[in-house]
Order: sequence, then C-alpha cells, then structure tokens
Amino acid sequence: MHMDNLNLNGNVPSGDLADKWTTYRSTLPLVAPNNKLKIEIIVVGTGLAGASAAATLGELGYLVKCYTFHDSPRRAHSIAAQGGINAAKNYRNDGDSVFRLFYDTIKGGDYRSREANVYRLAEVSTSIIDQAVAQGVPFAREYGGLLDNRSFGGVQVSRTFYARGQTGQQLLLGAYQSLSRQIALGNVKMFTRHEMIELVLKDGKARGIIARNLLTGELEKHGAHAVVLATGGYGNVFYLSTNAMNCNVTAAMRAVAKGAFMANPCFTQIHPTCIPQMGEYQSKLTLMSESLRNDGRVWVPAKKEDAKAIRDGVKTALDIPEADRDYFLERRYPAFGNLVPRDVASRAAKTACDEGNGIVPTGLGVFLDFSAAIERYGKSKANILGLSNPAHAKVIELGEKVIEEKYGNLFEMYEKISGENPYKFPMKIYPAVHYTMGGLWVDYNLMTNVPGLFSIGESNFSDHGANRLGASALMQGLADGYFVLPYTIGTFLSEDISTPKLDVHAPEFTAAADLAKQRIDKLFAIKGKQSAESFHRRLGKIIWEYCGMSRTAEGLTSARQQVRALRDEFYADLYLPGVANDLNPELEKALRVADFIDLGEIMVVDALDRNESCGGHFREEYQTPDGEALRRDDEYAYVSAWEFKGADQDPILHKEMLHFDNVELKTRSYK
Amino acid sequence: MKLTLKIWRQPSQNVKGKFETYSLDNVSEHMSFLEMLDVLNEKLSFEQKVPIAFEHDCREGICGTCSLVINGQPHGPLQGTTTCQLHMRNFKDGETIVIEPYRASAFPVLKDLSVDRGALDRIIQAGGFISVSTGQAQDANAIPIEKDVASHAFDAATCIGCGACVAACPNSSAMLFTSAKVAHLALLPQGKVEAQKRVLNMVRQMDLENFGNCSNITACEAECPKGISVSNIALMNREFLSASFSSNDAN
Repeated sequence: MHMDNLNLNGNVPSGDLADKWTTYRSTLPLVAPNNKLKIEIIVVGTGLAGASAAATLGELGYLVKCYTFHDSPRRAHSIAAQGGINAAKNYRNDGDSVFRLFYDTIKGGDYRSREANVYRLAEVSTSIIDQAVAQGVPFAREYGGLLDNRSFGGVQVSRTFYARGQTGQQLLLGAYQSLSRQIALGNVKMFTRHEMIELVLKDGKARGIIARNLLTGELEKHGAHAVVLATGGYGNVFYLSTNAMNCNVTAAMRAVAKGAFMANPCFTQIHPTCIPQMGEYQSKLTLMSESLRNDGRVWVPAKKEDAKAIRDGVKTALDIPEADRDYFLERRYPAFGNLVPRDVASRAAKTACDEGNGIVPTGLGVFLDFSAAIERYGKSKANILGLSNPAHAKVIELGEKVIEEKYGNLFEMYEKISGENPYKFPMKIYPAVHYTMGGLWVDYNLMTNVPGLFSIGESNFSDHGANRLGASALMQGLADGYFVLPYTIGTFLSEDISTPKLDVHAPEFTAAADLAKQRIDKLFAIKGKQSAESFHRRLGKIIWEYCGMSRTAEGLTSARQQVRALRDEFYADLYLPGVANDLNPELEKALRVADFIDLGEIMVVDALDRNESCGGHFREEYQTPDGEALRRDDEYAYVSAWEFKGADQDPILHKEMLHFDNVELKTRSYK
Repeated sequence: MKLTLKIWRQPSQNVKGKFETYSLDNVSEHMSFLEMLDVLNEKLSFEQKVPIAFEHDCREGICGTCSLVINGQPHGPLQGTTTCQLHMRNFKDGETIVIEPYRASAFPVLKDLSVDRGALDRIIQAGGFISVSTGQAQDANAIPIEKDVASHAFDAATCIGCGACVAACPNSSAMLFTSAKVAHLALLPQGKVEAQKRVLNMVRQMDLENFGNCSNITACEAECPKGISVSNIALMNREFLSASFSSNDAN
C-alpha cells in the first residue's frame, strides 16, 4: 500500500477531550456473550499489559490463548519496576486531577503524544489502583490504614502509589494471579516457553502466530480472530540496558515485516543513575532508583589529572578536596540542581565524561555523593537527641543510619554489585537505556494499521511522546490491559462474529511456518565463526554511540552504513551451535539479534529524519546557545510511522500530525 | 582468577546426566556468577561444543528465573542473594565449584541446569488469588488496613517463585512457597473472604505435585533469597486446620 499523502489517522472520536472516552465507551460496538464464546484471541506476552489483558478478556468470556517465552507468566520484566505507579486519585488533597496528570504527561513527553490517548490514560488511572488493591496488592500505607503516596520524578503533586521498591513486582503478581484464576477456569490457555516468531495474516487481517516451542523447537501454528502484542520495549537493541536479558523486539519486528508501522523508534529513554559498565563481559546494567538524587550530589573532579588518577586507581574520591570538585548539575541548572529530569541529567553526565573527567576505568562514570546528606542528617539527628557539640564520627554514624532507613536496600544492592561501600565512598553511576517510548503505531483503539493486530503496553508508541515520566510505565501497561483494550477490541471483533474458528491447516499458516523455518535454516547454514552475542554487542555499541544520548546527522548517516555492514557480516559469518529441534538458547538469541539489526537501522533513519531535539532525542545541530534542546513544533509535531520495505530498502515515512487543542506548547526549562 | 567447574550435563529429561569438568582462566572478580557462565559458554561455542543450558533473565534478583545449586547451596554461598546477583569476588582463585540443577521430583530436569518449575504455577492456579474481576473493585481507600498488617502481607508477597526453598529442603517440600501466598492473601481483608477454600485447594495441589512434607528443618528460610519467614508455614498450618474443621468443600 502506497498512500499519496502518507498521512495516518488516529481514529480519535470527536467531542470534548474530557468526554471522549466515556462517550465512546458507551457507544462502541459490543460482542454478545454467546458470541464471545466462539471468538478466540491470542495475547503474546505476560507482563503488566499482557497478563491484565489476558485475564480481563478471559473474564469477559472470550477464548484466550496466552504466550510467553518464560517458564512462567510471572517472570516478565515488568516485575523489576521499582518506583511506583501514578494515579490521579488526589488522596493528598494537593490539587491533583485527571487534567493535571494528563497535562504533566503531555508536557513531560515534550508534546509528541496524542492528546486523546493521554487523557484517557489519566482518566482510567484511578481504576487501576482500585483494581490492584482489590486483588491484594500490598501498597504502602499510613498509620491510619489508608494508602500512602509520594512525589516522584519532579512533579508538584504526590500521586505515586508504591509498594516499597518493588511496585512492579507486586502489580505484576496481582495481574498474574488474576490470569492464573482464568487459566484454572479454562478461559485462558497458557503456553509457556513459546516464542512468537511469525505473524499470520489472512485476507489482510491478523489471524494467528507461528510460535516456536522452546523445549522441542517445533514450529506450532496457532490461530485466532485477533492478535494482541504485549511484548514490551526494544531497549536491548543497545545490548547493554536495564532490560532483562531476554527482552526482545522479535514479535514487533515480525509484525513490521508483515506491514505494521513502527512509530517514533528514535524516542528512547536513558536513565541517569545506573551502575556503570565494569568490563567487556558485562551482560546488563542495573538501575539505581531515581529517588537517590533527592539526597545525592553528582560530581566529577574539576581537574583532568585528578580524574585520570582516580581512573588509574592512584586516588579515590576522598582525596579530592571540595574546591576541586565540579558539581556540574548544580552549576548548570541552579534552579533544579541534582533533580533535573532524566534526559537532562543524562546528557550532562555524558558531557562531563566526554570532556575527560569520567571516574571509572572506561572513562564513563560520575560520582553520586551522599556525604553532605549524611552530615546534614547526622547533625539534625544529634539535635533531636539533644547531643550538644557531638564528635564528627558520631554525626556521621547518626547520618548513615538515616540514609540506611531511606535507601538501605539500594545501598545494599549497590555494594553487592560493585563491591564498594557507598556509605564511605561515593557511588559511581552512569546513564543507561531504560525504556523505549517508540513502538508499534496504534490508533485510539490500540489497533495497529494491520486490521486485527493490537499492541499494548511498552510495545506500542502511544502515550509517552518523546520522554516518559517516572511511575507512568506501570500505569500505561495496566490501563491498556485492564481498562482500554478489552473494550476497544470489540470494535474489530463485532464485525467478525460470523467468522468460524481459524483453521491452522490453511495455506496462510503453512506459508508463515515455512517462512519461519527458512529463517532458521538460513542461520544454521551460515556456519561462520562469530557468536550471535558478539554481533549483538557490536550492534549495541553502534546504536549507543550514534543514536544514544546525543545524535548528529553525520553520525547517524555513518551509523546506518555500519548497521548495514554488520547485517552483511552477520549473515556471512554467524556461528550457531546445536540444532533447531531442541532447547537451543543460541538459536533464540540469533533470531532476536537478526531482528534487532533491522530495528536498529529504522531507529537511525527515524533519528535522522527528526531535525529537532525533543525529550530523549537530542540532535546536536538543534540546541539553544546554552546547550538546551531546541524543539521545532512548526515542522515536527508529528508521529513518524515507518513502513518497512525489506532490509535493503528505504523504509517509507507515514506521518500522523499531532493537534493540541487543550494545552499550550511550551519550552521545558530547568535553569 | 582460575577456576575448575564441575557442571551437571544432561541432554534431556529422559537421558541420564553426569558431571563434566571445565577449567576457566581469567575470571574477573567483578563478574557475576552468570556472566562467568556466559564466558564459559562462549568458549564452548568456539570449541564447537554445545553450550550449557541455564535459566536467567532479569539479572537483578527479582524475576526468579535463575536457580542453580552451587557447592550444595541453592543460589550459592551468599545469604539473601539470587545467583544472578552473586559475584565472583565471593570465590577464591583456584577454587573448584560444583554446579547442579535443583534436585526435586516435582522439578524434572529439562536440560543441563534447567528444570521445570511449572508445579509452582499450578499451586497458584489452584487458589493463589482473590476472585475479583476487572471493574468490580470499590474505591481503594474504602477498607483501611493497619500499616503493620499490610507490611506483614508485603513481606510474604515478596516471594519471587524461584523454588530455592524446595531445592534446599531434604524433603523437597514447597511449604514455604505455598504458605507465603496463603499468608499474603489471608492477612488482607480482601483475601479473607475465600481464605478457607484457598488454603485447602492450594495444599491439595501441592500434595498432588509430589512435593514432600515439612519437618521443621527450616533450610528453606535460610536459603530463601528474599528472606521469607517460616512463620508463614505456621500460619498456613493454622489456616489449613481451621479450614479442615469448618469446611467440607475444597472446591
């Protein structure tokens, strides 16, 4: 399909912003209970979005088939989210509202998301908390027995609900338990250790998947009236990220290969406080919660020779006198200091390291120092205890206790990984890839441009624009799965009630299975010398270097050539051990790396097309005289949705123009 | 560091396994245990040998996918730590390390170090939930819950479902796992409504899955990476007894 104007329509219902969803929900077509019993739905993925959607669709009476490559639906990476989940409950009476949560999300996303979707997200956020509490999610509570909230990510209200530092785990277990109940009732059939490796289209509609049974290697054909992808983000295109090892983009790219559009792929989020890379063998990066920046001060040595001495192990942070430290966030952003948003803090750390002041052997690390906070809390505690003129050692001891109460588990985790005591030596941190705002293009119904193919949670592009606010990922995953998709999928399925169960012996299924088999055979036939892992590592380096925290047209152009060369080398020199019809993690990895390479090229093309800086996308050519992001609303207020035409072709750009009728476009400033 | 590794190799569930010995040089003390296995696997690949199958995912101690029995201890020597967060600095240069899969009849070995822990999911499916469908919930603050009670429930709810408790127990009992979910839900007012039915069904499923009994050895608590307390087992026994007396309907 080649449209002339290439303009996409988000199918947003008409009416006032605040009434759209309620009105639409009350009028959209329904599927009658007797017909639901005949309609099958495939849900791929069991994270917050997938598990909540599968459970809810099962409760509604659909025949649900749910897939995960894990051994259990409880393992998806939503489980690792630490901070919390936002909801416009206004339990604090601090002026929060649906509109304010909507506004903060649109602004935080640097005005690159769709107003109607974001408003709906804010609107259903309150129901998520009700649902989770009813399931037994043990959120933090106050002494009165009511739910506690905290402020998160620099917003002015306290709307974040949390369960210690394990909010994602508790919410996922809530959804997993609901899913387990539906499995026991027979409404959901669960397929563990199954990975989707092909999408099946029939008459232009998504009607099934080819799933590889990871234990036997069998390519199984599964049919349904509709397919829902809840397969997460693509952060592992960078190789090193805070994502789990098995997070991948294969399901999404298989859909893209069949015509689904990939939207805003260059919008990726880099989290400023992660433990830096220590060696080549390193397999992943670990996030340290954003909350640490409330008390930690970020610095590097002001003198390059001091930085070098620290890198070489000749000096430690403690040898650098106060006057020779550069607290660069406080210097550059006096109003917000260490609390500037994620994208700003990350870029500043990169600049400091690029200038040669990094403090770990790789040169890529800065200090996060708690000594001032320890002393301040210690003095205050001594005051409370009535100690007059306490010894310095006593002050530090008391201060360390306060810090331990606030961040004890994080400090312990840091010490386990780094082997250093963060109470005595400042933490070493560096930004790392954490979340991807881009994803499959979906309309207001969360349906992709392929009829019958839906995408929810991190795997779609819809709600976070160019930058996601803290504690909003959990909100979006559960909003899509519990409260949006189960309704909107009816618009497609209501037209399909007379379609019989899909026959997996149909030629479309055989063709898709053959295609999958050919891809696998092709990889085994290469018989080269390099492992899939080594190609992945090299791809990650290219994308991180040229499409990471800051980007230039020149770098991106070169990156595209490098990715293409890497693809050629991959198909010429891959070494794949083992056989196809067995548990073979190396084959799983190789199939995923092949898709990451294709995605990497689309990302770079997208970043090159977007001649502006916004949110996580910083193009060096587009900055203000003092080095801040320069957004260009007149030309780039659109969603870029890429149509893939094959690995050796230019993808085609489709645009969904963004209209802002309810907010005024402003420049973010943290000076 | 230089290490000698004795690793359990088993091609599939129905084939007999055995230990193979590997030596690995240049191990950095900063590596995690699983990164050390990554390096060994890369080496095996280049020698055209089949890499060792082991399970892992988040590598930050929360998903519960990683397992392994290292020198006789599930998740290795460091207390309160999953295998993925165990670092090589906890081992000595020249050391011999024995690496095995979890051993329990309810956890059949699939390949090498991978086992099937599906039995734990089936225990949850038997009743480890609150029967509330989407949209039925009342306002989240409608029922106040005492802070200490919520906190107690949370402690039980932090179980990551890794199965180390089963691997640590000489009887291969899943009492710690099952009781953690029973306690989490029974402590909360939302979960009390179907508490009796829940405990009976979960315990029945646990027995059907061939897990052993609890004989108060408490190795499960000692090896649990999340420090789940055996007091949950006492709570479950209490719940189970009272449910058995007052209910004749387990379904």
